[in-house]
Amino acid sequence: MLSYAAEVGKDEGFNPPDAGDFNLPPFIEGNEFATKPILLVFLSVILISIFFILASRKAALVPSKLQFAGESVYSFVRNDLGREVIGHEFMRFVPYLFTLFTFILVNNIFGIIPLIQFPTMSRISFPYVLAAFTFFIFHYVGIRKQGFLKYMKEIMFLPGIPKPAYILITPLELATYFLVRPMTLSLRLFANMFAGHLLLLVFILGGEHLLQGVIGLKLISPFAFAIGIALTFFEFMVQCLQAYIFTLLTALYIAGALVDEH
Amino acid sequence: MRSIELAAAEELNPLIPHTAEIIVGFIAFSLLYMVLRRAVVPRFEKAFAERTDAIQGGMERAEKAQIEAEAALKQYKAQLQDARGEAASIREEARVQGAAIIEEMRVKAQEEATRIAASAQAAIESERQAALTSLRNEVGTLATQLASKIVGEALDDQVRQSRIVDRFLEDLEKSK
Repeated sequence: MLSYAAEVGKDEGFNPPDAGDFNLPPFIEGNEFATKPILLVFLSVILISIFFILASRKAALVPSKLQFAGESVYSFVRNDLGREVIGHEFMRFVPYLFTLFTFILVNNIFGIIPLIQFPTMSRISFPYVLAAFTFFIFHYVGIRKQGFLKYMKEIMFLPGIPKPAYILITPLELATYFLVRPMTLSLRLFANMFAGHLLLLVFILGGEHLLQGVIGLKLISPFAFAIGIALTFFEFMVQCLQAYIFTLLTALYIAGALVDEH
Repeated sequence: MRSIELAAAEELNPLIPHTAEIIVGFIAFSLLYMVLRRAVVPRFEKAFAERTDAIQGGMERAEKAQIEAEAALKQYKAQLQDARGEAASIREEARVQGAAIIEEMRVKAQEEATRIAASAQAAIESERQAALTSLRNEVGTLATQLASKIVGEALDDQVRQSRIVDRFLEDLEKSK
């Protein structure tokens, strides 16, 4: 942050955190891949893989504590997001939903884990990638299930609507399916993580800055930190919720593509 | 100068994705997907299936055991009913038999009593006869002796003696 402030040449004193704080420079000069978010993404893949492989390695009738923990997450995605939403064909999509949920959840929670403290999903590239996956999967499922023309017809011409209304409805429907859905999916996740991290930065960097001020400001500083800590708990909730919402919407879109009538 | 500013602005725009991150996101997510799909989901599914199977099997076993228990209970009840009926019939039979025995005994006792009474009567009769005969003889002898003493006439002759006795007795009968 200081380097950024120096770079852009802001005034001395407190510079409120902004988008620049999410642009972490590569730790190997000139290597685009050697950045903290990229490292964190790989770390999340390793952590999730290890955890679930260990949890499912000796998948027994009577689960161990570790197996139970892994199973709880898995069965939550499988039953509450997969079976409840998609219906009888849900099993095909469970691996994807499961990967989606755990991947987003862990990368979000990185935002409040000490020493890591960076929500990977506040880098828009990753939500874009995930939304693209969901976008292609639900369209592919729909086309595969109903055929391209019928699927497009289903999207463009909602049944039970007077014909002139299609002038208005059809563009809206097309925009919904091909623009709004992937955009809102990725932006919702990104914006929540971005804003949450910014909020934490404001209070914690602000508290730190207050400590360097005059005595009166030093006394206010603990309040800033206290709010920062409270917001950390709040962030945890938001991080879990966003992983849930992304996965839930993906399941809903898949379910929508699978049924014949909307 | 202006181009640098533009570049910096682009760098700051959080909505513009980075190629490196896109590539990494794609690879990392695909990698995780493959790992979870290959190594985790099938194992959890297997455990779930086994568990469902165990629970269902247990339920089926319990159901079977219950049916068996019900059958056994029914059987026991039927047996108990049978036993009760049997006991009742045995009691009834015993009662009838007892009554028959008592009746039989009573008849027997009656018969015995009748027989005893009859034999006693016969004995009494014969004794009376005997006593009557001996009395007749003795009375005859005594009367003869007395008469011979009185009459002074020896009535040794048997025929005469008995005629006299008969006559005497007839007189006795008449005088009665």
